[in-house]
Amino acid sequence: MYDTSDIRKGLKVLMDGNPWTIVEFQFVKPGKGAAFTRTKFKNLLNGTTKEMNIRSGEKLEPANVDQREMQFLYKEGGDLVLMDQSNYEQVSIAADMVGDAADLMKDNLPCTVLFFNERPVDVQLPTFVFLEVTASEPGVRGDTSGNVQKPATVETGAMVMVPLFIRVGDMLKIDTRTHEYVERVAK
Amino acid sequence: MRGRVLAVDGELAIVRGERLDARVPAQPGWRPGDLVDDGVAVRPFTGGDYPGPGTEVARLPRARMAALQGRARALAATRAFFAARDFTEVETPLIVPSPGLEIHLDAVPAGDGFLITSPEYAMKRLLAAGFERIYTICKCFRGNEHGPHHAGEFTMIEWYRGYAALDAIIADTEQLVAAVVTAVAGRPIARVAGRELDVTPPWPRLTVRAAMQQWAHVDVDDLLPSLHAAGIAVADDTAWDDAFFAAFLARVEPALTALDRPLILHDWPAPLAALARKKDATTALRFEAYVGGIELANAFDELTDPAEQRARFEDDQRLRRARGRAVYPIDEKLLAALAEGLPPSAGIALGFDRLVMLATGATTIDQVLTFTEAER
Repeated sequence: MYDTSDIRKGLKVLMDGNPWTIVEFQFVKPGKGAAFTRTKFKNLLNGTTKEMNIRSGEKLEPANVDQREMQFLYKEGGDLVLMDQSNYEQVSIAADMVGDAADLMKDNLPCTVLFFNERPVDVQLPTFVFLEVTASEPGVRGDTSGNVQKPATVETGAMVMVPLFIRVGDMLKIDTRTHEYVERVAK
Repeated sequence: MRGRVLAVDGELAIVRGERLDARVPAQPGWRPGDLVDDGVAVRPFTGGDYPGPGTEVARLPRARMAALQGRARALAATRAFFAARDFTEVETPLIVPSPGLEIHLDAVPAGDGFLITSPEYAMKRLLAAGFERIYTICKCFRGNEHGPHHAGEFTMIEWYRGYAALDAIIADTEQLVAAVVTAVAGRPIARVAGRELDVTPPWPRLTVRAAMQQWAHVDVDDLLPSLHAAGIAVADDTAWDDAFFAAFLARVEPALTALDRPLILHDWPAPLAALARKKDATTALRFEAYVGGIELANAFDELTDPAEQRARFEDDQRLRRARGRAVYPIDEKLLAALAEGLPPSAGIALGFDRLVMLATGATTIDQVLTFTEAER
């Protein structure tokens, strides 16, 4: 069983017979009141979300979720198609289930696919992906404070905020957890 | 040229070396903050918010340098504020046998005793000993508290005035916050979650009863039935304080967060008196200061009656035992000091880290700590 100190993003728990993943949580404690963790869960089967307050001392039941390493093949309509390279088995999963990170998936990306009762329910990307910039306005020179950013479109079509020196053709390291630019890398 | 990159502008970078700032050809990937040596970046600057990707302990505080410089100015402004008002700065023990019996706090064991969760017991003994205006800036420790506004090890400012009531403490609080925010930000405007709040004194005041009525449609004197009527679900066996905070957090706190001015929330219901003197059977002389929804400070018109204080401590011990929490000993030295005579006094505890958050616009407490818990 998990307790409030185990709560973190991505923790998989079983509630009402359904698998849920924790998408957000916040520690709350009014000065003279009891502490709890305000926790937002996403249902891995249908994508609905709910928020619950988990009090210190309360328990959460772990969900038995299997993980398999697979490779992303392509998008088909609103679905992502992935393949297990050990047996060439293919699975598809609605991109909506994966959320914003689906915009950062490039062909052949190695991913971890989560299965609940043999059914694919979520795709976990590597923490960092490397994508080429396909469109971005040139930066305005002069402001070098290091905090000014501009939008750039990468090869998967996703938009990320980048520093002004980034140009079309640059290869970017992007954090898939936050959708944020990390650094420019050599191709 | 060995030094730190101050700025990169196209093909040129300004590098601050031992004796001079030089303009040198920028190498690909150089960014402000990088430590470079003869054209090679020896230590890239990650920047951004902690926790960042690929971070290293050695470079983490640097990402928070501006906030930490603000923190230092806030500390200097706080000391100047109290010095100008003839307060004596005191130091109280951090390891004590009785860390406080407040029902929802866990103390951290240390040596033969515990780390303090607040310096209040020692401060009151100093009041009883004859000090009239005292303040302390100290670390406090609370077990199992980690969040955007909570760190297990944090800094508290506590101050007390003998022969004074809560109005004097409210005035101190308003003026201290305005002075510290001005010292850090250049003007009395706090920033919370990207919003700006004018902290110029005096601040609006509201009683807890009025706030609960106005925003939660709950009557604190008829709590459980009015919760049901207001559509706030709690189990029938919910403790009074848990039921109160269910409504407070669901309805009042979001309303406090939306205010464009700080608020003094005063006259707390008697069950939440803690160490405050009661005004009458239903109300305690206690206030909390909220800025942008952040609970910044908690103040009491101090309970001076040793018999009532002992009875409250014993109630707290019973409640802690009933809820399966550690039961700490009663601080007999504090009770002895009250028996000798505590003048009518008022005092307050203010979260210094949260004050720095307001002054610097930080959104999490980790952004204003020199070392976060993860970096210990």
